Amino acid sequence: MNRITETDLQAYVDGMLPDSALADVESHLAATPEDAERVRAWRELNSVLRSTFNPVLDEQVPERLLGRPRQRLHRHALAASLVGIGIAVGATTGWFARGALSGIPLAGSVAPGIARQAAIAHAVYSPEVRHPVEVGADQQEHLVRWLSKRLGTDLRCPKLSALGYELVGGRLLSGPNGPVAHFMFQDTRGGRLTLYVSVQKGESRQTAFHFAQEDKVAVFYWIDGSYGYALSGEISHDALLRVADVVYKQLNP
Amino acid sequence: MDNHPIEQHIPRLRRYARALVRDRYAADDLVQDTLERAWNKLHLWRQGSDMRAWLFTIMHNVFVNQARSRRQEVERSMEEMPVVAVRGHQGQELELLDMDRALQMLPPDHREVLLLVAVEELSYEETSQALGVPIGTVMSRLSRARERLRMLTSPQGMTSLKVVK
Repeated sequence: MNRITETDLQAYVDGMLPDSALADVESHLAATPEDAERVRAWRELNSVLRSTFNPVLDEQVPERLLGRPRQRLHRHALAASLVGIGIAVGATTGWFARGALSGIPLAGSVAPGIARQAAIAHAVYSPEVRHPVEVGADQQEHLVRWLSKRLGTDLRCPKLSALGYELVGGRLLSGPNGPVAHFMFQDTRGGRLTLYVSVQKGESRQTAFHFAQEDKVAVFYWIDGSYGYALSGEISHDALLRVADVVYKQLNP
Repeated sequence: MDNHPIEQHIPRLRRYARALVRDRYAADDLVQDTLERAWNKLHLWRQGSDMRAWLFTIMHNVFVNQARSRRQEVERSMEEMPVVAVRGHQGQELELLDMDRALQMLPPDHREVLLLVAVEELSYEETSQALGVPIGTVMSRLSRARERLRMLTSPQGMTSLKVVK
């Protein structure tokens, strides 16, 4: 009988041992309880690993992973092109523009300022891996206090857990009329929503919900007093409306 | 609509990424970065060769680049090991929750080998190609990863771990 090596035992466990070597390994195992035990434990390990991670195969693939990006712009380049040049949110924005371009003429899809700015902010920050927010949800109180102070109002941060979205955190942005508070939420599949809160110019007024579709990003926006609100996400009109409704009610109890 | 071959591999890339980095969102970020690169480099993929192995190679490269900047975190998590030891105490069987956590205690390059072989069922040869290391290295990492996990997830292992410490 050939000497059985560690590699033979591994290959035995992984089903990669040539048939010709099977008998040798099996008689070795029969004679060596210690190795038999190791082989048993490794097998169990394989099966626990598979049963732990196989369920991922049945999950629905998040929208952001599907489709081919039209034009390869790195995320940072994407951010630069959107913010720096103020380019139309459209055909040149990589992931953002992928998939069904939906045939909406770009000029016609230009929504009023806030919806557009919110959609751009969403497109820039929601794919962000390392720094999606400046202040994380673990410091929610500080976050809300800080942004309230900068906007000069008492902001409230909606709780969307009942809808499956948890707060990721927020950041301060600069908008055309000054500071903007930007909150980010995320569901368990990694789908992100952002809430954009900005100071509005002119007299205080109120509007109903408006909807805008900026390419893949759906936006519900409304003005309440001196503040404009826009909720953005890459989800359907109806799904976003449900969230917007909850946000609105929580901000106006 | 016909799915592009790249898209057909997404569920498996997600499974591997989830096991590799544990956090669901970070895992999908890893997949997204991998796909982005794959689409970019599609012209470099040789028709007829195994696309899945090619995608795993790309993911490995992306992961290594990210892991480099995360090294400190990994070292910190190694220091927290006794916490896991306590959790692993009950029961003879491996526990699912503990597995997820114990995996993160492995050095990332050992974890990669183990997952490619045990979960993704790549051959040793394919694993060696995907990770760009010789087969001998694959085998030794595999062996060490398994022994380490066995220690981390079994009551007997806990005892010997304490002795080692």
